[in-house]
Amino acid sequence: MKRFLALLAAFCAGAFAVSPASAQQLLHQERSLYRNIFVTQNGDERCMLFRWPRPLGRESCKLLHEPEKLIFDYTQMMLAGLYLDPNPKRILIIGEGGGTIPSALQEMFPNTRLDVVELDKAVDGVARNYFEFKPGPDTHVFIEDGRVYVKRAAAQKPNYDMVFLDAFEADYIPEHMLTKEFLEEVRADMAPRGIIIANTFSDSALYDHESATYRTVFGPFFNLKLANRIILGRVGGIMQDDLADARKNAAVLEAQFARRGSSSNFLLPLFSTAVDWDPNSRILTDQYSPSNLLNALPRR
Amino acid sequence: MAVTDTSAVVAEQLSPPAALRKTQALWCYTIAGWSGFYVMLVELLSGRLIAPSFGSSIYVWGSVIFVFMLGLAIGYLFGGIFSRYSPSIVRLCGILAAAAIATLPTLMFGTQFLDFMFDHIADPRFGSLVTCLGLFLVPTIFAGMVSPYAIRILVTDRESSGHDAGYLYFVSTIGSSVGTLLTAFYLVLLFAVNTILMAAIGISVALGGLGALANYRKV
Repeated sequence: MKRFLALLAAFCAGAFAVSPASAQQLLHQERSLYRNIFVTQNGDERCMLFRWPRPLGRESCKLLHEPEKLIFDYTQMMLAGLYLDPNPKRILIIGEGGGTIPSALQEMFPNTRLDVVELDKAVDGVARNYFEFKPGPDTHVFIEDGRVYVKRAAAQKPNYDMVFLDAFEADYIPEHMLTKEFLEEVRADMAPRGIIIANTFSDSALYDHESATYRTVFGPFFNLKLANRIILGRVGGIMQDDLADARKNAAVLEAQFARRGSSSNFLLPLFSTAVDWDPNSRILTDQYSPSNLLNALPRR
Repeated sequence: MAVTDTSAVVAEQLSPPAALRKTQALWCYTIAGWSGFYVMLVELLSGRLIAPSFGSSIYVWGSVIFVFMLGLAIGYLFGGIFSRYSPSIVRLCGILAAAAIATLPTLMFGTQFLDFMFDHIADPRFGSLVTCLGLFLVPTIFAGMVSPYAIRILVTDRESSGHDAGYLYFVSTIGSSVGTLLTAFYLVLLFAVNTILMAAIGISVALGGLGALANYRKV
């Protein structure tokens, strides 16, 4: 009986424990066409969430007194794409979030043209009003579907040196933006040897299909894995020299990365070319793209 | 003095024998249930087909739902009118087959049509709307004709007409529910969109053909 009561007490303590969300102050909330958006603050840290008070992953966070710091590992890992091309002239970012990546890039490369595509106008508003995203003269924000933007951009041959794909949410993938055809359209918008950087998931049944799909379109790529997974590839595939070049470029960019709380010591060891997926996995296409269903299944 | 209820007599004379009626009713329910399944399968997959060109935003789904609702509404109207002229199971089967065959152009020319619309209509709202109208309105009209036409075959007297209509809508809507869930949960996980569409068209044509053969010359 005592044991039962102790278990019951432990259960109650767990069930009614102060959740992490309660320490956060809710600054703003709105219901957009696509989702609920919450802006919370906890001490110096301000975050954009799509679920609250029980968050399912944080979309974007920044420190108010050190706004240049990249809090999340995945944003640092995405910027590691610069190790493959430290001087991009034209960049496309699909998925604005809190504007963390566009803000960092426009500060690092003030003369580089940045095209930022965001589906949800409300997200863009929150980025500007709560995350100090201030598009510079060479930064252009387009409110539209990423796939439609990419398809239409092909007519102008934009020759992007670098493309960041960051449109996935913690529990939702726009399935038409994870297919062979979509990646081929992205590739058509890119410069020869342009860099592709995709923020995606690390461990589910989707992993093998996604890997096989990227491999089909971009050839071998670097696979950076922590909680998130960053696919870092380039048109024509990663070659043997790329890692050596990445080391050289990392040294050049070290001060810039250090200012953002990152370093080559953290990032370079993550660069892996190991094929840790089943290469015979079914490729995702416009005809077969059950990404969300696959992402809900455990990896075999 | 005995009064003869002439309407009852006429109804009895017009009604086929009980066994035949049972078979006809079974065909009506089968075709209406499958038609409900088919419409929702095509509706869900239409979103997939349109997304690469116009995205999957709320307005794309708005266009899809609008066109399917419009098609069904027109189909109900036409089905009701058509049912006034020699209604038969054979013709009902023809309507089902027509709905399936009208979906074939989506399989054959869907990509080219989508590309054409993408090139000519910049606004994704109207692009998706016109595309949906072009690809899915006609098959949905045929599918919408099934229920009122089947009710005409089922109903033999005023007394039971509400019951017959209610039961048919029950079966048809259950078909729609199952079609929705099966497509969204399992079929897209296992098969390519065109494979699913091809199979659904094949089943519709086969069902229509079988029904027509089984009921030819019976009425």
